[in-house]
Amino acid sequence: MESLLKMTGISKSFPGVRALSNVDFSLNRGELHALVGENGAGKSTLMKILSGLYKADEGRIELRGEELKTTGLREMIQHGIGIIYQELNLIPYLSVAENIFLGREPRTKLGTIDWPKLYKMTRDVLAPFQLNIKPRQKVASLGAAYQQIVEIAKALSLNAEILVMDEPTAALAGFEVERLFEIIARLKKEGVSIIYISHRLNEVHLLADRITILRDGQLVVTKNRGEMDNDEMIKHMVGRVLEEQYPQYDSVKGEPVLEVKNLSKAGICEDVSFTAYAGEILGFVGLVGAGRTEIMQTLYGYLKKDSGDIFLHGKPIKIRNCRDAVIKGIGLLPEERKQQGLVLGMNVFDNAALTVLDLYSKFGVLQRRKIAHEVNSMIDNMNIRTPSVKQIVKNLSGGNQQKVVLAKWFIRHCDVYIFDEPTRGIDVGAKVEIYRLMQNLAKRGAAVIMISSELPEVMNISDQVAVVFEGKLVKKFTKGELNEEEVMQYSLGLQERQKA
Amino acid sequence: MATKIDYKQIIKNNGVLLAFLIICIALAIMSPVFFTVNNIMNIIRQTSIYGIIAVGMTFVILTGGIDLSVGSILALSGVICAGLMKRHDAPIWLASLAAIGVGASMGLVNGLLITIGKIAPFVVTLGMVTIGRGLTLIYTTGYPISGFSGEFRKLGGGYFLGIPIPVIIFLITVAIAWFILNHTRLGRYTYAIGGNEETVKLSGINANFFKTAVYVIVGITSALSSLILSSRLNSAEAVAGQGYELDVIAAVVIGGTSLTGGRGSIIGTFIGALLIGVINNGMNLLGISPYFQQVVKGALIIGAVILDRLRDDTN
Repeated sequence: MESLLKMTGISKSFPGVRALSNVDFSLNRGELHALVGENGAGKSTLMKILSGLYKADEGRIELRGEELKTTGLREMIQHGIGIIYQELNLIPYLSVAENIFLGREPRTKLGTIDWPKLYKMTRDVLAPFQLNIKPRQKVASLGAAYQQIVEIAKALSLNAEILVMDEPTAALAGFEVERLFEIIARLKKEGVSIIYISHRLNEVHLLADRITILRDGQLVVTKNRGEMDNDEMIKHMVGRVLEEQYPQYDSVKGEPVLEVKNLSKAGICEDVSFTAYAGEILGFVGLVGAGRTEIMQTLYGYLKKDSGDIFLHGKPIKIRNCRDAVIKGIGLLPEERKQQGLVLGMNVFDNAALTVLDLYSKFGVLQRRKIAHEVNSMIDNMNIRTPSVKQIVKNLSGGNQQKVVLAKWFIRHCDVYIFDEPTRGIDVGAKVEIYRLMQNLAKRGAAVIMISSELPEVMNISDQVAVVFEGKLVKKFTKGELNEEEVMQYSLGLQERQKA
Repeated sequence: MATKIDYKQIIKNNGVLLAFLIICIALAIMSPVFFTVNNIMNIIRQTSIYGIIAVGMTFVILTGGIDLSVGSILALSGVICAGLMKRHDAPIWLASLAAIGVGASMGLVNGLLITIGKIAPFVVTLGMVTIGRGLTLIYTTGYPISGFSGEFRKLGGGYFLGIPIPVIIFLITVAIAWFILNHTRLGRYTYAIGGNEETVKLSGINANFFKTAVYVIVGITSALSSLILSSRLNSAEAVAGQGYELDVIAAVVIGGTSLTGGRGSIIGTFIGALLIGVINNGMNLLGISPYFQQVVKGALIIGAVILDRLRDDTN
């Protein structure tokens, strides 16, 4: 088979994180090469380098035998590389035709858009798909599957010879998936080469000519179709040497603090039940998009639940909004610390004090001294590195920003702490500090829930673990009962759902 | 930490104050009348009507919102107060309280439409401009209500310990607002909501309540201002307050409050309002055309926004 694309020795680092290390990846003409790996393995980064969005720190990209010198977005499109992202890049209120030819509309002699020609060109581009998509239709009126087709058509109209598809079936229903596979087969026959990123291993087995597995930014293995089964793939995705330090901690299981029964919300979760005990850390794992954050947001009152009961210390409680949750002693440290956990324009002190202003004020007037006492000692305890408490939070490092969010909640002495991706984007040293802080909370009798996409983190820090797959709790187990590969199986939905 | 004095930073952070001082000094040199007690009292008294509303507007803009209807609120509360006094022989204190009540209610309606109705502040208050005017015209059937008691006229024209009463009211309003913004929960939450409303909600704070409260505040200050205006003019009419929102917002912006919310101060607004007043007064003293004063005011606003942007970039 003719080699079309060759990426050699690709490395890329971001502040504090080595996203890719010396990765090789190649693509032959007319093949479908699947790219597989868990969250954070480096798949997206590699593809963003290929698309021109990022520039690699090291390594070479060769296209049709020639090394590419300039690798900006525009150049890569001209070279025939088209990417179809998971979050589609279409303008909903414009028509299919306008979307496909955005910026390249055919013009009349007067300089206005030649609409008849535009619609004809669109029909030509859509013809091979043999679907009933009208050029004038507003994209918003199309279903997810057809929108994806429009994206594919757009890429092909730009003469893409290499098509990168990122989780293309994530938003599709059964028969739409089959339709997509038919189209992929046809594309391959016409010589289009496809890079296919997916967590759905069954699809990968079905479609891929070759499979490449990445882990922690490194290339693990590239094999041909049929040379690996699911178990072996998972082993490659997950197996690793434990280098990081996870503070040891003997947990003492206390009373059940938070009990959730049959929590359901359309489109988000179904029949979720679990119990969080005092003194323990309960981890929630699952793939990105499995619904862990949304489940917690529903529990917390940020989203409205459809049904389900919540018990705190054995008593049923009603949570209609975030304020109810906080008053009753539940604190949520959000996934997006900059957009949801902090007011970036305010300083460390004000951010940390935000949750307790109501506790330390009389008739609305702030009790300045009490607040200062509490907040300053909390900031000291947390070892937040900042020149002064009046430092604007925007200027702190990610790790210290996260500590401010922690301070803000610890100061409220909650009964339940929900951490959503607490160590994301944080360097190793700061991570250890945060683990210790979480363990301290548990030691002092709180129930700690931790959502995390890092399997080693969850497996080592949690006392109990719950696996979420497509909005359902498919497995609950105690630390040590399962190994990482088995957990990955459940996360991928490959195991039978257990009634726990 | 560098021990060198960062002049650029000092200018950026105190631009308005510096501009104010420079202009005052310049005017004092250019006109012998400027720096007299009489003239200064004049300036503050003339500024007080816009200034009081600007103090309330500061809260609204700090949350990232805006209120275009302050002129109409002023008109409606003014005529209701006047009407109660002249048509129903209500005592001054009752009529004044009613006016404040009207202002607060209109603010409440604005606030609820914005928070629970989830309609943009610009749109809601824009609608309120005409609704308010309409209600005022209905109440007055188009005629002004004039001729108040001597007691009432003291509000706008009287003196207390040698200081014009409007000035005293202005200064007290500034002091109360400063206290609220810096020493109460409402004040802290106002800044926080302007900074990031989602974070505030996720922190368990009832953001809607406090967001509504600031619109009530500006409604109250508008009503308060109407009392002074009616008193000085000895008349309340439907066209009162037209166009005030621009000067009020100008004072707030010049004073250093960012239109996107989260940054600003009452003292800043106070100085911003005074700056406009000083420039108007100075140009009058120097005999400069009032039309030119408009140009200067516009330039000030733009200058203030540019300064705000520069501050943003360094932070």
